[in-house]
Amino acid sequence: MHQKENVNYLNVEYGIKSWLFTKDHKRIGVMYLIAVTLFFIVGALAALGVRLELLTPEGDLMSSDAYNRFFTMHGVIMIFLFLIPSIPAVLGNFVLPIMIGARDLAFPRINLLSWYIFIFSGIIGIIGILKGGIDTGWTFYTPYSSIYSHTPVVLVAFAAFLVGFSSILTGLNFIATVHTMRAPGLSWFRLPLFVWAMYATSLVIMLGTPVVAITLVLLILDRAVGLGIFNPTLGGDPVLFQHLFWFYSHPAVYIMILPAMGVVSEVVSAFSRKKVFGYKFIVYSSMAIAVIGFLVWGHHMYTSGQSALSGIVFSILTVLVGVPTAVKILNWTVTLYRGSVSFEAPMLYALGFMGLFIIGGLTGLFLAALGTDVHLHDTYFVVAHFHYTMVGGAIMGFLAGLHYWWPKITGRMYPEFLGKFGAIVVFVGFHLTFLPQFVAGYLGMPRRYHYYVPEFQFYNILSTAGATILGAGMILVIGYLVWSARYGEKAVSNPWRAVGLEWETASPPHPHNFEEVPRVEWDAYDYEYKYKKEGVSFA
Amino acid sequence: MHREGIYGLHEQFEDLAQQKESSLIGMWAFVAQEVLFFGGAFFTYAVYRFMYPEAFSYGSSLLDVRFGAFNTVVLLLSSFTVAMAVRAAQLNDKKQLVGFLLATLFFASTFMGIKYIEYSSKYEHHLIPGINFDGSHLDFDNPEKVELFMSIYFALTGLHGLHVLVGILILLWLIPVSIKGRFTSSYYFPVEIFGLYWHFVDIVWIFLFPLLYLIGVS
Ligand SMILES: [Cu+2]
Repeated sequence: MHQKENVNYLNVEYGIKSWLFTKDHKRIGVMYLIAVTLFFIVGALAALGVRLELLTPEGDLMSSDAYNRFFTMHGVIMIFLFLIPSIPAVLGNFVLPIMIGARDLAFPRINLLSWYIFIFSGIIGIIGILKGGIDTGWTFYTPYSSIYSHTPVVLVAFAAFLVGFSSILTGLNFIATVHTMRAPGLSWFRLPLFVWAMYATSLVIMLGTPVVAITLVLLILDRAVGLGIFNPTLGGDPVLFQHLFWFYSHPAVYIMILPAMGVVSEVVSAFSRKKVFGYKFIVYSSMAIAVIGFLVWGHHMYTSGQSALSGIVFSILTVLVGVPTAVKILNWTVTLYRGSVSFEAPMLYALGFMGLFIIGGLTGLFLAALGTDVHLHDTYFVVAHFHYTMVGGAIMGFLAGLHYWWPKITGRMYPEFLGKFGAIVVFVGFHLTFLPQFVAGYLGMPRRYHYYVPEFQFYNILSTAGATILGAGMILVIGYLVWSARYGEKAVSNPWRAVGLEWETASPPHPHNFEEVPRVEWDAYDYEYKYKKEGVSFA
Repeated sequence: MHREGIYGLHEQFEDLAQQKESSLIGMWAFVAQEVLFFGGAFFTYAVYRFMYPEAFSYGSSLLDVRFGAFNTVVLLLSSFTVAMAVRAAQLNDKKQLVGFLLATLFFASTFMGIKYIEYSSKYEHHLIPGINFDGSHLDFDNPEKVELFMSIYFALTGLHGLHVLVGILILLWLIPVSIKGRFTSSYYFPVEIFGLYWHFVDIVWIFLFPLLYLIGVS
């Protein structure tokens, strides 16, 4: 574009106030991006502390007490303040309304409110850290958390409670928006798969988060007021806490993963220039994951004294939830087949997602099966497994989406060479960090211990080395993204030549997303239609 | 792009019908999450009642059924007045709308007043866990299980009371807006949405009352 710069959401107003009081979903998305990046850095520093301590079998860097606080704060921050909001609140906020041709979300003020709740909870969490951090693990198990811990549990549990409402409000907004604000012609089965993924995620958020909210309220009442709901000396049942906690916290895994799967569907299609294979299968598998995901929480309590029968039922259901995931991976693979595939950074992250998630999913089967889990429970095998799904899944998906929509968000291209290089560094660093943990865990190294027997040191050195590479990769990515937001090459409206409403509008978009309400006459990912319309021959 | 002149229409919507539909879906989604929120608490109640039926029935006998019953009537009446308020708004009847909202406010405040009296009497009888619970004067072998019941009683009724309080705050916003005559038959869904919320709060109490007050041995 050579004429004078058009009005867009970034230049329509200036000044800090125009951001802090904005109701524009795009600006709120950017504000979420800044916030989650900051929390990610704090969570990563806590991980750095853990990895440095584990370099040697002895506890030479910090006390056991400090170590407990480090891994707890790493978990709490990464899960509640980074992974859960990352894709929905940043990318979902930014692109979902544009993808469906809406001017904004249904409730812009509630959207802004959710950001403030998020920031407020984050600040409370940070105050908790400044007061020494908590040592209960991110799972807040009672009665340790409700009675015995000497750390500011109430503060951090309250932060986790509160931040849940920011995701509930986001989910509520997405549901209402998808139901009522689709552009003319955009029927449900023409929706991009990312929108479907956001919809499924929102359902999980709406039905799961309130349960952990009430659980944390009861915990807080126990600890702060002195009620005895989870107090064993009054006859309270700590396993009940675990049931309530995991009723949310297993589905929370899908709050982190479903959005990443949505991103991968978009990216795989865009960089294969091909319709996603089995569109409806992917839609239904997202919904199936959302539903079955609510029925498997008991697999976290095989060793907590639940009945043998419930152990078996939960085990079977857990294996079942792998099926829709496998369907998706199959569909993406078929999409790649005979597509005109290219390997820009978003695609590398999407492929990385598939590779890592296959490992994460398959190792999940070892843990889903009762017999093997009893051996592997609370070992580093579990730590490696969920990092493969959470980091390998959610963060890869987030980075894929962030690079994919970066030109739309900022109006600038990120440097492609650094993008590819960064993706490879992250991928290598990730494997080196977590593959050795599978071995160490399988051989019996327990999680959450400060000291370990010397025979595990080799694996821990590998892991810490990998974490260093992973950290360097992330610094590189954050660095060039920030740089490119200002100095990057200007982006055209559709740099990837992808199909989707978000690519029909300018980069960065108009404050109201579209100059006029678009009409949708094509199915999602209809590359043939698009290229025919543009008169481009395309094989 | 800006459609001025329609009162209450937010700029992201095409028309009031779309806005109303969105708001209703939003409110139903909100109610759904509230159901799960209280669902977790009711589940906790159910587990413990199953484990300690005698302590629960003894604990229940420590509550005053008369207060509970009176509050049930009060909330049912308030549900009626809020439904009438919605109807008045639909019919453009400003006077009735304001009247019924004020009546709802009156009932909601009465409920909270009774709750206050109840809580104070529990305090006097040393029945508030964590604050002054003392089981030694109870005629029951495992007073700590009664403390567990009282914990659940205060958690459940406290959370419900908080919801009533939020309802009162919303009413304090709705009433002045109604007095200004802003709600008409074409724009009244804030009243309707509040009604939905209020009915939900009422229904929670309809469950709480028998589960807490009526399982006792007299
Ligand atoms: Cu799980």
